[in-house]
Amino acid sequence: MKLLYLAQRPTRGRIALFGEELTDAARDSLPPFRRRIGVVFQDFRLIRHLSAFDNVALPLRIAGASEEEVEGPVREMLAWVGLADRASARPPTLSGGEQQRVAIARAVINRPELLVADEPTGNVDSDMAQRLLHLFTSLNRLGTTVVVATHDIGLISATPGAQMIRLENGTMLDPTGTLKNPPPSAYPRGEPE
Amino acid sequence: MMFRWLFTSPSERRLLGARPLQGPTPWVIAIMTFSIMIVAAAGLALAETAGVVAAGAEARYSVQIPDGERNLDAAVRAVGSAPGVAKVEPVPEREMRRILERWLGPAGASADLPIPALISFEARPGLDLAALERRVQAVAPGARLIAHGDTLAPLLRSLRALQWLAFGLVVLLASACAAAVVLAARGALDTHRFTIDVMHGIGATDLQVTHLFQRKIAIDALIGSLAGAVAAALVLLALAAGAAFAGDLMGGATLGGLDLAVLLLIPLALTALATWVARAAVLAALRTAL
Repeated sequence: MKLLYLAQRPTRGRIALFGEELTDAARDSLPPFRRRIGVVFQDFRLIRHLSAFDNVALPLRIAGASEEEVEGPVREMLAWVGLADRASARPPTLSGGEQQRVAIARAVINRPELLVADEPTGNVDSDMAQRLLHLFTSLNRLGTTVVVATHDIGLISATPGAQMIRLENGTMLDPTGTLKNPPPSAYPRGEPE
Repeated sequence: MMFRWLFTSPSERRLLGARPLQGPTPWVIAIMTFSIMIVAAAGLALAETAGVVAAGAEARYSVQIPDGERNLDAAVRAVGSAPGVAKVEPVPEREMRRILERWLGPAGASADLPIPALISFEARPGLDLAALERRVQAVAPGARLIAHGDTLAPLLRSLRALQWLAFGLVVLLASACAAAVVLAARGALDTHRFTIDVMHGIGATDLQVTHLFQRKIAIDALIGSLAGAVAAALVLLALAAGAAFAGDLMGGATLGGLDLAVLLLIPLALTALATWVARAAVLAALRTAL
């Protein structure tokens, strides 16, 4: 996952994102690519001394948005994740589920081209989990590639069109048998054997 | 814009979550500024004193007549009529005793203390000193020609050496200040490592992160250096009476307008140094991350 969101360099193999080879890319060239990626961390990684509003607004501000451009979308996103009345609360005063929703709001606020989510539904109730998956599906329809790491196979299985890859001990287990809905380009002659 | 980082928005300032004047940086810079200003003031005063002494000694000579005022008039005439001598002035005995009294106390004014007669004169370029000495010795045997420049040369050398010592101390203190800022910047980076990692992960550039720290250290440095400068100014003013006395001994040397301008620039220069060093230290530290 860290390789996907450019937090680590590979010791072997290669990484290509958005059509660019980034394995040996200069570190100064990485920030523009990172701005195109939204990440939901398993441990949320919210900045403790910033309010929920400021945490969600961070990607927009880093991208250079003015305060006028930040205010509306952030309020809207917080309302969408059900935290409109908690905008000024700091992460330590939020529950685990609320923190996770703030983290998700931060990850999607700038409409990323790639969304990487590590156990995004781990701390939310089933209703909110369904809403989040609906959000991910909606983003996907708008052109965002969504990569979700989860132990909740049932939830992902219920997501129409999702490709599923099973990893065990860091390796892809039975690569020919674990793919659900493989992309047509991967198997141009039909279903894998 | 070159100084855009100074004018960050409230939301950017909230990112570090720390108010100005937290931590030891302002105090360290205040102490360094105070020390540098005192040392620099001493160095500049020495330079002024050396200048006054050198200007006073240049082209000035004395004739010392060991047997007092007995041959004084003849010696004055001999000096005054020599080609290349501009201005001749016998030094009155009471003036000599007054000068001696400053250094020796009341004993200098005592009639028991024998003092030689002294003629002071200024020389124009081309004066033949050997011929003049022979001419004076003809009317006042034992008379001795003294070049003020030669007499004061060791003192001037000492003053110049002290000036360089003061300059060296200023450089050393400024270097120590820079080192303290580097440590403070690294400490701040460690404290805010998590925030920096999150910002980097979201796509912040090194410069965006650096500007946050640069601004905080610039404000700390400015406040610290101004506080140090005010304290140094108060001490220098308190020393002014003593400095005037010393200046009187040395011929009235005081700090000039340019010297005061240099002293006033020190806190600003230290602030600029601290800001630049902080920026370089933060950028260098960030480059070690992915």
